[in-house]
Amino acid sequence: MKFTLSWLKEHLDTDEPLEKLADKLTMIGLEVESIEDKAKALAPFSIARVISAEQHPNADRLRVCMVDTGDGGAPIQVVCGAPNARAGLISVFSPPGTYIPGKNITLGIGTIRGVESRGMLCSAAELQISDDHDGIMELPADAPVGKGYAEWAGLGDPVIEINLTPNRQDCTGVHGIARDLFAADMGKFIDPAIKPIKGEFPCPVQVTVEDEKLCPGFALRLVRGVKNGPSPEWLQKRLTSIGLRPINALVDITNFMTYDRARPLHVFDAKKVRGNLTVRRARDGESLLALDGRTYNLDPSICVIADEHGVESLAGIMGGETSGCDENTTDVLIESALWNEINIAQTGRKLGINSDARYRFERGVDPAFMVPGLELATKLVMEMCGGTPSENIVVGNPFGADRIIDFPLSEVKRLAGIDVPLVETRHILSRLGFMMAGSGPVVKIAVPSWRTDVSGKADIVEEIVRIVGVDKVPMTPFERGDEPRKSVLTAIQLRTGRAKRALAARGMVEAVTWSFISKPAAELFGGGQAELALANPIASDLSDMRPSLLPGLIAAAQANINHSFSDVALFEVGQVFRGDKPEDQWIAASGVRHGFASTKGMGRHWSGSAAADALDAKADAFAVLAAAGAPMQALQIVPGGPKWLHPGRSGTIQIGPQNVLGYFGELHPRALEALGADGPLIAFEVILDRIPEAKKKPTRAKPVLELSAFQPVSRDFAFIVDRTVKAGDLVRAAQGVDKKLITDVTVFDLYEGKGIDPGKKSLAIAVTIQPREKTMTDQEIDAVAAKIVAEVTKKTGGTLRA
Amino acid sequence: MSDLEALVKTILEQIAAAGDEAALEAVRVAALGKKGSISALLATLGKMSPDERKTQGAAINLAKDKVTEALTAKRDVLKSAALDARLASETIDVTLPLRDAPAETGRIHPLSQVWDELTTIFADMGFSVAEGPDIETDDYNFTKLNFPEGHPAREMHDTFFFNPKSDGSRMLLRTHTSPVQVRTMLSQKPPIRVICPGRTYRIDSDATHTPQFHQVEGLVIDKSSHLGHLKWILHEFCKAFFEVDHINMRFRPSFFPFTEPSLEVDIQCRRDKGEIRFGEGEDWLEILGCGMVHPNVLRACGIDPDVYQGFAWGMGIDRIAMLKYGMSDLRQLFDSDVRWLSHYGFKPLETPTLAGGLST
Repeated sequence: MKFTLSWLKEHLDTDEPLEKLADKLTMIGLEVESIEDKAKALAPFSIARVISAEQHPNADRLRVCMVDTGDGGAPIQVVCGAPNARAGLISVFSPPGTYIPGKNITLGIGTIRGVESRGMLCSAAELQISDDHDGIMELPADAPVGKGYAEWAGLGDPVIEINLTPNRQDCTGVHGIARDLFAADMGKFIDPAIKPIKGEFPCPVQVTVEDEKLCPGFALRLVRGVKNGPSPEWLQKRLTSIGLRPINALVDITNFMTYDRARPLHVFDAKKVRGNLTVRRARDGESLLALDGRTYNLDPSICVIADEHGVESLAGIMGGETSGCDENTTDVLIESALWNEINIAQTGRKLGINSDARYRFERGVDPAFMVPGLELATKLVMEMCGGTPSENIVVGNPFGADRIIDFPLSEVKRLAGIDVPLVETRHILSRLGFMMAGSGPVVKIAVPSWRTDVSGKADIVEEIVRIVGVDKVPMTPFERGDEPRKSVLTAIQLRTGRAKRALAARGMVEAVTWSFISKPAAELFGGGQAELALANPIASDLSDMRPSLLPGLIAAAQANINHSFSDVALFEVGQVFRGDKPEDQWIAASGVRHGFASTKGMGRHWSGSAAADALDAKADAFAVLAAAGAPMQALQIVPGGPKWLHPGRSGTIQIGPQNVLGYFGELHPRALEALGADGPLIAFEVILDRIPEAKKKPTRAKPVLELSAFQPVSRDFAFIVDRTVKAGDLVRAAQGVDKKLITDVTVFDLYEGKGIDPGKKSLAIAVTIQPREKTMTDQEIDAVAAKIVAEVTKKTGGTLRA
Repeated sequence: MSDLEALVKTILEQIAAAGDEAALEAVRVAALGKKGSISALLATLGKMSPDERKTQGAAINLAKDKVTEALTAKRDVLKSAALDARLASETIDVTLPLRDAPAETGRIHPLSQVWDELTTIFADMGFSVAEGPDIETDDYNFTKLNFPEGHPAREMHDTFFFNPKSDGSRMLLRTHTSPVQVRTMLSQKPPIRVICPGRTYRIDSDATHTPQFHQVEGLVIDKSSHLGHLKWILHEFCKAFFEVDHINMRFRPSFFPFTEPSLEVDIQCRRDKGEIRFGEGEDWLEILGCGMVHPNVLRACGIDPDVYQGFAWGMGIDRIAMLKYGMSDLRQLFDSDVRWLSHYGFKPLETPTLAGGLST
């Protein structure tokens, strides 16, 4: 919402300076977005006369001008390149030291091609008042030399722009803004009563409203014998000052009423209207050429004003071209109506029209001002264009329902924590137009018709507090109370945080990628369901909710590889989607590694460089699981994984086939190709929600530590087994021999190649035996060792290596 | 010089000349071994008369002691020299560069770090942390929050929608984390004190907007909390979060459908070469919106607005993270550029605590 200071002063008698008014507006909820004060910005620019303009001795296109700046001093020499610089021209001059907004420079004394120049003659573009940069400005011969240009040109009126919140339709007019400032003691509100203008004949056009829900009120009057033409200068200035284009008096009056009184109107050229008017729903197939020059196809969801020919106006949004007023208009129909807010908003959205009328009607205009608005418009029409008015036709109920709120005065203290004396409450509310009856503890408050946003006690509290000033509300310490000081995080929140720090501690870098990915990428990772596809994606590659973090991470890794950062280890912990219900949203922890970003050490290094491999991904996955509190002993590793992983270099982590916690491995070359990524790339994904929750213990004490008095014994075994035998099975076989005595089994060597038959491998394990009750004899230890060999042989078909 | 003295002198000269422990051992064997020269002299004592044995014996034993002592001393010298020689050959290049420790190169994203900072501050004030789904219903995202159907306020949120279901309803991506407040009020009895951090979505993309962003909202519902408490909490939060001793805040009336009265909050700051200094300067920077929970919202969530009351606030996590840590472009938060992440990210051991200062 834009207006000028002088416009505001038409409604508010005030001597307060602009800065104070602007601060107050912001502090009562009408946030000032900008103040454009051309007078201030253009103060150094003055009106001057060119006394002479001679050819520059050293440049064909330049002239050396002597300029009379009107300060009584000697003429000033200015070098000017404008073709229209000539003796006698009245133009605009700026002395050295002036900031030129259109060029973003500060002028200095210059020497141009050997001739000194002590200032500049300016184009309109250099002052940023228009795009015109064809030469210097040409002012009328009677323009006062020496005067400030901005003041003379009427640019001295600061333009204030308010960032209006959608609830304050009453402030879409300057009058309403002035009322708020009046309530805040910034001046006297100028609000004379609007006198009805007596009609001299019945309105010849009848109005039928087919649906009162779409059009709760409609007022119309004819003014006959008007003479339309350019509106008076004051009105044109008002409109141009806020960026509107003056058209003709009748149209300008409607625009003025819109911004001055928040009362959009429409004017029909009565001679172009056939028969009576009907407010109705549009019919399929109907269309309208609107005032913006575009043709709109209509349907029954849209409310229109039609005559016997058809649609003449989009109700409350925009008029039609054919019945519009121009300089030939002699009889004008002025319409002032009320429209259904939701229907206006929907129609505006559907047709893509953002008109000043729509902006106001969808916020709900003051119903009680429908008829006074028509009277005021009639007065302006008669003042500017003459004519004889008809009587008003008024259809529907222009007043709406009374709103009376039972308001306990204690409510202000209860909600806002501030004591406002009754006198002040009464003062504020009455100035805002509220009527208050009674003196407590519960008073009755009548809401003014223009405050369509106020309906309850909390709204009244807001009105009082915003005018008193929110800065007056004392800060009150918020007691923490006796709530126990325990963790406020849920299990999944704790897991998320720990997973992140565990992965970062492994040298990985956390990325945050988009929740939406392309449909092909989603489908590749098991997503792409219809219920997870956005109806209005921002781009085709951000169209589907991600079923996995990996497509985003792989794309991120590739972007870094493209930047020559090839050894990259990225992770993300975040939401993934398997359906559109809350329980279908999980937290995944995922990571990718590429190049030499191995867990054995990042990058190439003299101490050894290793390419990241599938077991690095396994290690990352296990680090996440351990940090997140998974029961590590219960985890099973099953070879192979989903289709986007290499079938021979991947694994599935599960606790039984029913609970798959995640996957790890090398990306499948086909998946890499589909994602446009360079391999080999290794990845893991763990679903943190799948980790079973640990049993809650009543105390924080750890289990009692049992330290054995007996020395543990370590024995090494090397087995020759088939290549296909899984190390995990061999370890489990050894471990299973005696779960009490055998406390650890470590694979310390894996060998294939020379000395071992093809198709076989050597796996060496170190078994730790912890005697429990007494030191074991050699024979007892040998017996355990023999059992281990027997068990491993039985389970894996292996033989002890010679 | 007697023969014995001559012998001792010779042996001592041999000891002095021995170049290594093997040569010294040879000298020892030649002198003191079973067939050594001094051992041979000792063997002659048995054949001597008692008087002769007395004088000769003392002399020979003295000679033996002298030799033994010299051998021991020389052995120590040789051993030490051998160790020095070995150590001198065992040098390594200590200037070889180290491999960076993983805990030094790994990074936590600034958004995760700020999430931890927020929860740390609010946990201390007695708030718990509630979360909810990103995919929401129109009811929870708008209707229960007092956004009337068709109201222009709905258009302030450029909403991502999913395709309509067979019953005509359609899901959407939450435009704010307020539906978590709704879920909390529906499932929990007052008193309520929660913060709701999470990811939110709006159709918007430029230097200051991304289609996904993050918000943290707060909600307090009880029988006495009012605007004065709200102002205090936000003031305390800003001081704690920005880690400054004082901060100037400006509370302006505003409008949100779900609060009444509604306020917007600016903090005073000064921009200094890309850094923002709080508590000084001329600029007012808008950082959050807040207000008393609208009675219609309380009613929609089954809470009687005449018995209970409370307030809520919301702010952008991305925005306050950028302000605090001097990040200039929102889009870079989601670009996954390791150069940016390494620079603006945090080391895994830099866990925010109140005792140790959030970021020190």
